[in-house]
Amino acid sequence: MDVLRSRTSRDVLSLGLLSGAFILFTGAVGMVAAFHEREVVDRFISLGQLMLLTAPFVTAYFAAGRLREQGESAPRMLVAGVAVGLLTALPSVILLLFNSDEYRFLLFMTLRLAPLVAASVIAWGRLRAGAEMQTAIGIWLLVAVLVGIVTYSFALIFEVKGDLRSVFVNIDRDWVEVVTFDNRKDLMRGIGALGLVSIVSGLGGSILYLLPTVPRRALIYGLGVTALIGAFGETARLILQENVDRDTLREIFRRDTLRQNAALALFVISTAAGFFWALFGSQARERFSNLDYGPRRAVNTVGFVLFVLLMLMLPWLIGRTLSDVAVTIGIFVLMGLGLNIAIGLAGLLDLGYVTNYAVGAYILAVLTSIGPLGLFKGTFTFWTVIPIALLAAMFAGFIFAVPVLRMRGDYLAIATLGFGEIIGKLAISDWLKPLIGGAQGVQAIPKPIFLGTELKNPEQLYYIVLAASLVTLFVSIRLNNSRTGRQWMAIREDEDVATAMGIDTARAKLLAFTLSAATGGVAGAIFAAKVGTVFPNSFTVFISINVLSLIIVGGIASNPGIVVGAIVLIGMPELLREFSEFRFLLYGALLILMMIKRPQGLIPSKIVTHEAQSGVKPALAAAE
Amino acid sequence: MFKWKTDEFSWVDFTIDVLRVLIVLGVVVGAWNTLSSGRITLAQWVNLFAAGLSQGSIYALIALGYTLVYGILLMINFAHGEVFMAGAFSTVFLAEAFNRTGFLNDQPLLAIPLMIMFAGLVSMTVAILLERVAYRPLRGSPRLVPLITAIGASFFLQYTFRGLYGSGFKAYPQVKILQGAISLGGINIPIVQIFVFFSALALMLCLYWLVERTRIGKAMRAVSENKEVARLMGIDIDFVIMFTFGVGGFLAGSAGVINGVFRPQGVNFFMGFIPGIKAFTAAVLGGIGNIPGAMLGGLFLGVIEAIGPNLVLAGLGIPGANQLKDVIAFTMLVLVLIFRPQGILGERLSEKKA
Repeated sequence: MDVLRSRTSRDVLSLGLLSGAFILFTGAVGMVAAFHEREVVDRFISLGQLMLLTAPFVTAYFAAGRLREQGESAPRMLVAGVAVGLLTALPSVILLLFNSDEYRFLLFMTLRLAPLVAASVIAWGRLRAGAEMQTAIGIWLLVAVLVGIVTYSFALIFEVKGDLRSVFVNIDRDWVEVVTFDNRKDLMRGIGALGLVSIVSGLGGSILYLLPTVPRRALIYGLGVTALIGAFGETARLILQENVDRDTLREIFRRDTLRQNAALALFVISTAAGFFWALFGSQARERFSNLDYGPRRAVNTVGFVLFVLLMLMLPWLIGRTLSDVAVTIGIFVLMGLGLNIAIGLAGLLDLGYVTNYAVGAYILAVLTSIGPLGLFKGTFTFWTVIPIALLAAMFAGFIFAVPVLRMRGDYLAIATLGFGEIIGKLAISDWLKPLIGGAQGVQAIPKPIFLGTELKNPEQLYYIVLAASLVTLFVSIRLNNSRTGRQWMAIREDEDVATAMGIDTARAKLLAFTLSAATGGVAGAIFAAKVGTVFPNSFTVFISINVLSLIIVGGIASNPGIVVGAIVLIGMPELLREFSEFRFLLYGALLILMMIKRPQGLIPSKIVTHEAQSGVKPALAAAE
Repeated sequence: MFKWKTDEFSWVDFTIDVLRVLIVLGVVVGAWNTLSSGRITLAQWVNLFAAGLSQGSIYALIALGYTLVYGILLMINFAHGEVFMAGAFSTVFLAEAFNRTGFLNDQPLLAIPLMIMFAGLVSMTVAILLERVAYRPLRGSPRLVPLITAIGASFFLQYTFRGLYGSGFKAYPQVKILQGAISLGGINIPIVQIFVFFSALALMLCLYWLVERTRIGKAMRAVSENKEVARLMGIDIDFVIMFTFGVGGFLAGSAGVINGVFRPQGVNFFMGFIPGIKAFTAAVLGGIGNIPGAMLGGLFLGVIEAIGPNLVLAGLGIPGANQLKDVIAFTMLVLVLIFRPQGILGERLSEKKA
């Protein structure tokens, strides 16, 4: 018992159960089975299996780190690795047993005994804490009844319905197949396989931690790169397809998955590269920072020029399918930059950003459409309408901003959310149907024509998005450094103080809303031109949440952060189609995690970092 | 409140006043047109009103969760609509099981309270976990941080339940004794509406008793008054906050079942989003942080939502007015936030609080 009480074992226990809960959760929501569809390395491992492996591996690695902090020895770290592996497998094993026909009685037994056990544990705890016998009995009864209602109800549900799957739809054959590593028929063997794999990867994680720094980093790098390229095999193939001949491609990929040899080669190469980087990387970085201002600037300029060239060449490098994704990412970068003016610079949490997007899209649709709803049947072109859409979105932003100027913080957020919902309902209503088509939307929007060529491919549309993003980026950087930018910053920090300093807060806030709306309008117009049809269903609260998430994850008020956020949050679900079903699950988890662990975002802006590090942390009472 | 004696002309005030006049005009003209045309009889108005009251009592139950949490933590638990969904969605399975064994129609007076308990407990668990995992680490951080977390939690919960129970629509089974209507002076009122209203009322009375008459209720009031002093008085603040989330969750879950009896269709993972925002509207309407206010606000919103489209929008000649029910509710939200952020019963909060 004493072993269990020590801090070390409690850490290992909680970490292991956390990783077990992760495996169980991802399995129960269907992630594991969905990811099993995608193979990372041909006939060797799927993404779903990789998840099952990674959880104990990473957890054991961190557990070993914890143990080292507490001054534990290496053998104990290995034991901890094994323990983490076992604990990771445990919840899934229990669920496997509950789910099987022979051992289903265990499920019912657990459900029937749970209230008694829970009540006794809690009542016993109260007794030991010095409660009266009478109170303890009271607590026992209360807990037993409450827990009993839940567990007996579940027991009844499972009894009537027959199995777990009729309630929890994703605890199905596919899930069993993946977690037992293809031993669905023989449950005990499957459980053994799951346990073994877990333990081995847990052990692997702690061994990795014990390695000296250089090989450890090299291995982490090699494993990471191989897994990443394997998981995004389809994307890698699409990029290579543009640049490599067919036979080589066939050597590397079988359909969309990395062949085993190729994966091995990739692993060796990336580990070697990681090895060199671990050995010489810090030296190189040091030498660079010791350079004089002139040469350093030159290196930076060359880097920047290369980056711009890469951005310009991108459509040729990545091909049509990926260019399409790039356009989508670009539209969201555009919206991210726009919304960032409100959220990041002025601190106005606008949850109705979709309003501007919808206004831009519908304006473009109605003005340029050659279908029955088009007002001008093609006399207006994309290029003339873009400024109109921009102005219309600014106008809409202005109109919606005036009533909310007096609101602050969370009230503002909810009010703007309300605006977004109102716009969505209006777009789908019968009332506006003669104008914007109700649920059918507006169709037949022509593509933009530039110097006589119709820009119908994503490769061509990419340049429009790129140009618009660059303009927005330029404007937002200049604004941030301007007098208005300082005013926004002051308002973001403390509105009362800002007013006291003589800032016309109403004017500054209106400006922030209006400018941020302008970008949303342009993004909407480009979206409408890209898709060719505009439906009300494209303009839901999810757009606003998407944009908000990418700003928060990338780093609030950080322009590079927004680009990275858009690539990760918008690009990844597009590239990994299995993923798109879980995109909002991921967004939700990321928003919570970022707010708790890293509120400044992945690539924080300098000012926000400075604020975070200055240690101004309000006390509990500060919120009042 | 027109400001006749302002020092300076403020065009923001001016715009808001113009908006106010326009809205009043719109409502008056719309109502006048509808009433003078006599398209809707008195009996129909009463029916709309009754339906609005029952819908409103469901909003009120959910709104209480917002108000309780706001009263104690001054944060908007944006994910509260999902707590409602958790109970409603989980209990569909229990209701189906009860229906299949015949228990639901043999002993409805036992089955429905059991379902309410089950939904309440499931939602309570979700709410407590939410507080423990997502909100507790953020106590004392800047105000937008918990709000963004709550938005994240809202989507996380939606898609978790979508993953657990599937993305299809489910429906509550019909309860036989609640079918039909009672005739009161020539006006037929469906029994189910009466049931919904009174069961919600009973739950609200229970809450009122809990907050006003019990020890833990006293602790809740103390914590919402002043956390530091409450701590000095020996109150376990973490427990009280957890308990508050639990109570709010229980009410939301029970609202889920009552809602399922009232409108059996449309149970899926997204069902909590719109009622969540509407219940928040109700809480703001009544004065957020104020318990009787939330009850009143819920009923008020339900009635406005039932009567508004027919009275005002139809009178203004807008086709398909009932489609715009949600627009009415959200417009109410925005209008209350603009014109009377302290709500019907709320005391005036300091600017920082509001």
